Amino acid sequence: MQQVSLNTRKYVVISIIILIIIIYIAKLFSIQVLDNQYKTSASSNVLRHITQYPVRGLIYDRNNHLMVYNEAAYDLMVIPHQLKAFDTAALCEILDVTPSYVDAQLRKAKNYSRYKASVFLKQVSAMNYAQLQEELYLFPGFFTQTRTLRKYPDPIAAHVLGYVGEVNDGIVENDKYYKSGDYIGISGIERAYEHELRGQKGVEVFMVDVHNRIKGSYNDGEHDRSAVPGQSIQLTLDAELQAYGEKLMQNKIGSIVAIEPASGEILAMVSTPTYHPNLLSGRQRGVNYRKLQLDSLKPLFNRALQAQYPPGSTFKVLNALIGLQTGVVSVQTEYSCYYGYHIGSFSLGCHGHTSPLNLIESIQHSCNAYYCHVYRNILDEASDAGIVVNYQKWREIARSFGFGKKLGIDFPFELQGLIPESKYFENIYKSAWNSLNIVSMAIGQGEVLVTPLQMANSTAAIANRGFYYVPHLIKNIEKENGIDPKYEVKRYVGVDEEHFDPVIEGMYQAVHGGPGSTARFAKLEGIEICGKTGTAENPHGEDHSIFIAFAPKDDPKIAVSVYVENGGYGSVYAAPIASLIIEKYLIGEVKRGWYEERIFNANLLSREKKD
Amino acid sequence: MRRRINIYRDIDWVTVLLYFILVIMGWLNIYAAVYNEEHNSIIDLSMKYGKQMLWIAASILLIVTIMLIDSRFYAFFAYPTYLFVIFLLLVVLLFGTEVNASRSWIVIGGFRLQPGEFAKFATALALARFLSAENMKIHKFKNLLSIAVIIFLPAALILLQNDTGSALVYASLLIVLYREGLSVSVLLIGFFAAILFIMALTLPVLYVLLFIVFVSCVLLLLLFEAKKDVLKGIFFFLITVGVLYLINLISLDRSFMWVLIASVVTSSFVLTIRALIHKIPILFLIIAITIGAFAYTFSVDYLFDNVLVAHQRSRINHLLGIESDPLGAGYNVNQSKIAIGSGGFSGKGFLQGTQTKYDFVPEQSTDFIFCTVGEEWGFMGTTVVLLLFLMLLIRLIVLAERQRSGFSRIYGYAVVSILFFHLAVNVGMTIGLAPVIGIPLPFFSYGGSSLWAFTALLFVFLRIDASRRELLR
Repeated sequence: MQQVSLNTRKYVVISIIILIIIIYIAKLFSIQVLDNQYKTSASSNVLRHITQYPVRGLIYDRNNHLMVYNEAAYDLMVIPHQLKAFDTAALCEILDVTPSYVDAQLRKAKNYSRYKASVFLKQVSAMNYAQLQEELYLFPGFFTQTRTLRKYPDPIAAHVLGYVGEVNDGIVENDKYYKSGDYIGISGIERAYEHELRGQKGVEVFMVDVHNRIKGSYNDGEHDRSAVPGQSIQLTLDAELQAYGEKLMQNKIGSIVAIEPASGEILAMVSTPTYHPNLLSGRQRGVNYRKLQLDSLKPLFNRALQAQYPPGSTFKVLNALIGLQTGVVSVQTEYSCYYGYHIGSFSLGCHGHTSPLNLIESIQHSCNAYYCHVYRNILDEASDAGIVVNYQKWREIARSFGFGKKLGIDFPFELQGLIPESKYFENIYKSAWNSLNIVSMAIGQGEVLVTPLQMANSTAAIANRGFYYVPHLIKNIEKENGIDPKYEVKRYVGVDEEHFDPVIEGMYQAVHGGPGSTARFAKLEGIEICGKTGTAENPHGEDHSIFIAFAPKDDPKIAVSVYVENGGYGSVYAAPIASLIIEKYLIGEVKRGWYEERIFNANLLSREKKD
Repeated sequence: MRRRINIYRDIDWVTVLLYFILVIMGWLNIYAAVYNEEHNSIIDLSMKYGKQMLWIAASILLIVTIMLIDSRFYAFFAYPTYLFVIFLLLVVLLFGTEVNASRSWIVIGGFRLQPGEFAKFATALALARFLSAENMKIHKFKNLLSIAVIIFLPAALILLQNDTGSALVYASLLIVLYREGLSVSVLLIGFFAAILFIMALTLPVLYVLLFIVFVSCVLLLLLFEAKKDVLKGIFFFLITVGVLYLINLISLDRSFMWVLIASVVTSSFVLTIRALIHKIPILFLIIAITIGAFAYTFSVDYLFDNVLVAHQRSRINHLLGIESDPLGAGYNVNQSKIAIGSGGFSGKGFLQGTQTKYDFVPEQSTDFIFCTVGEEWGFMGTTVVLLLFLMLLIRLIVLAERQRSGFSRIYGYAVVSILFFHLAVNVGMTIGLAPVIGIPLPFFSYGGSSLWAFTALLFVFLRIDASRRELLR
């Protein structure tokens, strides 16, 4: 009985198969015989979509000085199917390529498709293009396609501007907008504002006959979409200041960051060694990129926000502020210093200066011993809750100045520096740690690391007497109203306004005070500069020279941080560089010829190689 | 006692003939699809058609080998073969090479192999072996579970290779299970699941849930003698909905969907108690189906959004008419339809096709080879090809039904199911009746692995069939 009923099932199976085949044949009958729409679609034409590439937005500096523009470039394309025998030698001569290149490219194109266009030679130079245009008729199957290349009128700000390059497979897979061969901003501003700069690709739909010849626009261009050009953007950068900064830093390794305290706008962001931005545009980009990548001085590395350095004595300013805020010192507090801070077997040296010093003098003379006292006071006496709580309190205020965290600049790959959690020390010292263990952080050595951007930002916060704006590079976008509102919010630091004046007075005295003041070399007639030197120990060679400054004292227009690797004392290179930057920006021209000559001519690269 | 057999006399020549017609037609169409004037010899080994000739020659060797092996070998080595293929699938998953986003190739030297193609053959053998065991009760839970493992293990591994199309082929083995006695209700549940799947993707969830409730009510009415009780039950359910609706209106303010879900849960609870008291197992089943269908509807949405890859989603969406984007996912199908449609009644003639040749149709030598048939041979050509396949399938069913052993019959049906699924989906996708899931047209599509796998699948059956008289009943 069971078997019988199962036997009938074969008919069910056969019926299903026959049914499906009948449906398919009926459908085929409908599209092949009844419906003429497909025939006309095919016999006369097939649609070809030709992408219209938009021009990329231009980039200007804060004074509307053009920094990046586009230059036409021509890709030579080939459709293998349309090729006729041609004079290879002639083509090689026009294009400056070898016969083996021609062979290889043609083989590649044929492998891709005999009927679709492939790129034969990218970015034919303008000179070659002129000749090529005249003789292109000799080479059926070849045609040119216009693309644009980024060009830079001045050889400056390579790190800030970044570069564009072809999208990789990963991007193509994740973002539908990009097709293989498209360009995208890979670093810097080009990357950060890719969406604004790139515009919107357009498309033109053509009808193509069976021999792939364009027969005209499809539906009178109803489906065409013209390309929307990219938006131009204006940066906060001052191109002249940037160029001057790069010149000051030539043959030195390091960074300058200048910020307008009243807005958080970045006026200059120098990282050296740098390179000519045109190197990373055009046909030679790949070769140049590899060269730059292999350079032992790492010119591609953007030190301004990726180098994490010890802040050295510039950190004393922060500790003075936190000391005042937590009430462990007052402006009158004095400590004596006998060539350093000595307790038990512990000893931290200091240079010779008068003793004892009060808070203002301690900044003016950059006394190490004073800050060992201040820092230990903060950790031991700020509250009765113990070192962990006091340390975390200190850390919280330090972070409120932007240290140890990403600031949120509109720029890719920012690093956060380091202000360790208390746990870090608990792990190292097995929970039995005291303020003496980490006292070197009082003078910006030890476990603390900062980026030049963070140093400049904290200087701006000091100049503002207690707040900063997130530093940013964007000033204006063509079609948008204003910029991201997050750059217009005042960020208050964890130190009250009243504590800033004595500290700023100390920084003023450091530059303008009598003998023994550490930054006298930064003095500039007619401008009240407040600054603080720093010298970071470098186990690999000469110490790093550091300086932070802002000016004028009462109405700050510019805050600067300068970091010169292997530059020795802060007063030797960093301070004069900062002083020159301030002079250039506030006065407009530099009158101290001998002073800037000395910096221009200094070559510190040999010091790097000692290691 | 075993009778001696003579392969030459006993092999089914009808099938062999159909096979060779299809293979040769495939070869000619590959030639036409990727025809290149510079290499215009059909045996030019640098071109796909030259290579296909090599694969065909190798297939003949394969056929001879299969014929020389004793027919009992296949049943005997069904499980080892299966395990070996599973092993290969694992290897390919770990060390395989990616082609077109599917990690399904093993490359040894210059030689590429797709174990997934051979897994169908091995699974067919293993399934036949399992189902043909003596005293096989297909509806025993343990057996159902084993069958599910045999079928879904290779399917899952292939799915992990990102080759969804090939994985779906295993669903076709349901036809075998049906022929071997799997109850219609199980198939109906499968069918119901498919409908719900489509509804869940196309309609708002609320409508799907209402549909489920409706189906449950119809089932209750159909399966119970006491119609009055059923009507009472439905009435009770409606009252629950009403009461909960009012409660919701007054205090909770959730959407009606939640009211419906709450009502179903409440009524199910009451009905379950009644079922327990009156001992009505069928009632349990219906409750389970309803609740299961609800859960299923929600999980489909989840799976669709989280498991399927974007291009698969958009292809399904396109097929269901949710997305209409002639330049996007539907572009291929549109081009394919233009190519087939442009062939007209009698076609443009051999090598005269333009749509396929000029790269307007994608994968024109593999997944979309049917376009070349349609364009160059027209409606006559497509009909002939479909009818040839139909003849082959019916012939195979006839052969399967004349087997004396369960093993060979089941294996024969597996061959039919797999071939049929490939045919239906492959041709269906070129004319817009099936989703574009990229599986080859048996014997036609370019490619060594797929040709050999189909050849082995078919000829092992012919070998077993040739020996059917060995076994005396």
